[in-house]
Amino acid sequence: MSSLAVQKASPATGTTGAARSRPPLRGRIALVPTITLLLGALYCLLPVAWVVIASTKSGSELFSTFTFLPGSGFTDNVHDLNAYRDGIYWQWMANSALYAVLGALLSTAVSAFSGYALAIYRFRGRETLFNVLLAGVLMPPIILAIPQYLLMAKADLTDSYWSVLLPQILSPYGVYLARIYAAAAVPSDVVEAGRMDGASEWRIFTRVALPMMVPGMVTVFLFQFVAIWNNFLLPYIMLSDDEKFPITLGLFTLLEQGANTPALYTLVITGAFLAVIPLVALFLVIQRFWSLDLLSGAVKS
Amino acid sequence: MTTARRRSYGVKGAPYAFLLPATLLFALFFALPIGYAVWLSFRKVRVSGLGLGSGARKEVWAGLGNYTDAFTDSELLDGALRVLGYGCIVVPVMLGLALLFALMLDSDKVRLAPFTRLAIFLPYAIPGVVAALLWGFLYLPDVSPFYFVLERLGMPQPDLLDGGPLYLALSNIAVWGGTGFNMIVIYTSLQAIPAEVYEAAKLDGATPTQIALRIKIPMVAPSLVLTFFFSIIATLQVFNEPTTLKPLTNSVSTTWSPLMKVYRDAFGTGDIYQAAAEAVIIAFATLVLSFGFLRAANRRNKQDASHEGAR
Repeated sequence: MSSLAVQKASPATGTTGAARSRPPLRGRIALVPTITLLLGALYCLLPVAWVVIASTKSGSELFSTFTFLPGSGFTDNVHDLNAYRDGIYWQWMANSALYAVLGALLSTAVSAFSGYALAIYRFRGRETLFNVLLAGVLMPPIILAIPQYLLMAKADLTDSYWSVLLPQILSPYGVYLARIYAAAAVPSDVVEAGRMDGASEWRIFTRVALPMMVPGMVTVFLFQFVAIWNNFLLPYIMLSDDEKFPITLGLFTLLEQGANTPALYTLVITGAFLAVIPLVALFLVIQRFWSLDLLSGAVKS
Repeated sequence: MTTARRRSYGVKGAPYAFLLPATLLFALFFALPIGYAVWLSFRKVRVSGLGLGSGARKEVWAGLGNYTDAFTDSELLDGALRVLGYGCIVVPVMLGLALLFALMLDSDKVRLAPFTRLAIFLPYAIPGVVAALLWGFLYLPDVSPFYFVLERLGMPQPDLLDGGPLYLALSNIAVWGGTGFNMIVIYTSLQAIPAEVYEAAKLDGATPTQIALRIKIPMVAPSLVLTFFFSIIATLQVFNEPTTLKPLTNSVSTTWSPLMKVYRDAFGTGDIYQAAAEAVIIAFATLVLSFGFLRAANRRNKQDASHEGAR
């Protein structure tokens, strides 16, 4: 997939002197997009609204009251969740934070190094190496995860934090994004100027190129953070000690047990609600920093 | 001379140094596992005697035995057909909605755009397992608002987690989770189209609908290709959502999708050799579909370019 640097034009100024019939037509046109988008927003927010309300219901209310009718058991539900297995739920949340933050930081660093090298240098094997890396995007996770598990077992690393962290450090998509961004953000004459001044390649990267790449790298970090936070298959395969579970696997385990012990369903729902809050909050805070242009492979020059 | 030579060497070695972490990680966590999976797919365990004592279980060459078993396995084929049906629903609906929402966001005078854009993108941040959990409960008769409405209207109540409705239920989870991301990708491309293009069209009397159909959609075709490509890959790799729904219904078997069967064979049955062969087949199918698709897309791009060049 070739990258495109596109020039965004300034917004057009509306023409004045519209015909008399145009104002109502314009008004009607605006209604359709607005209503369509509101319906889309409603659809997307529906399950989130449900979990907020459902987490306030007691076990008896959950299956006997209308879906969106609030209940009276929120504090009891949170208390029960805290008491379950001595608060293992919060351990799951902490584990997810560890995997996602540390994994995304390391992944971003690897992507920055690699993307910069692929963008700035002309060397033998560059395109071949890039294409081989990109092929990693196409691999079904399970063809990697099962042999990864078997190899980790040989190294006595299964059921450890490393078994979840290490395989997620390399993100082929992150390398791809970093290359596009580095090519657009780091002018080659700036690099040449640094060399003329006698700076080492490492110093040029850390002092000159990296600051220019920061906005793109924030996007790579956030993308990888979401990917790792969402990951279920790898920890599902690697981990058996539930003290090391991420929140996705922890909630799934609760759900499985709920099939035999319905009282656990309120824990699952309350847990899901509490798990969604930090993600949504984080999302709202950082979305202004998220360079979404980069995700579509287009970088504004 | 010495200084010049050292500097030259530094520049020459730099790209390999910068790429060392990625190369090492790729070798350890991509190339080695893939190679190991291929190796395992040609092996099997032979049990001699009564299976007692050392040497009784020995790993031996299996030729293509694991592959012939996989290709004649009705469970794997059924799983592939189910995923095909699932994909035929998810991909067009998700991308259709994403394109629609992107075009709406790019309309003149749309109200509440920042709020709706953020709301539609929000599901992207919610893990697939949590999304399946939320929707799974919303599909249960005693919890679902849909059943509540149908009951009040005196209408029959289908089991949303069985038969045909199960595909819609699973597809809905994927559509809900992925539409927002694809919307943003397409919307970003729309934002990059120069405004002069629209001004010229408006001067010629084109309506907003005509502008959308004849100008905007063709110009974001590359983004549509990208989103289509990634959507197909994600569909082929579905695992989390059916696995999460399984505790809520008897209709999702342990081998509902091919990846679930691979997992079941590897860790439920304990046959890592059969699982490896199945995984290799799925990976190979994914690669073939992907490269075939990219080649077709590239060929079309070249045709368009030459056509434009000729004009």
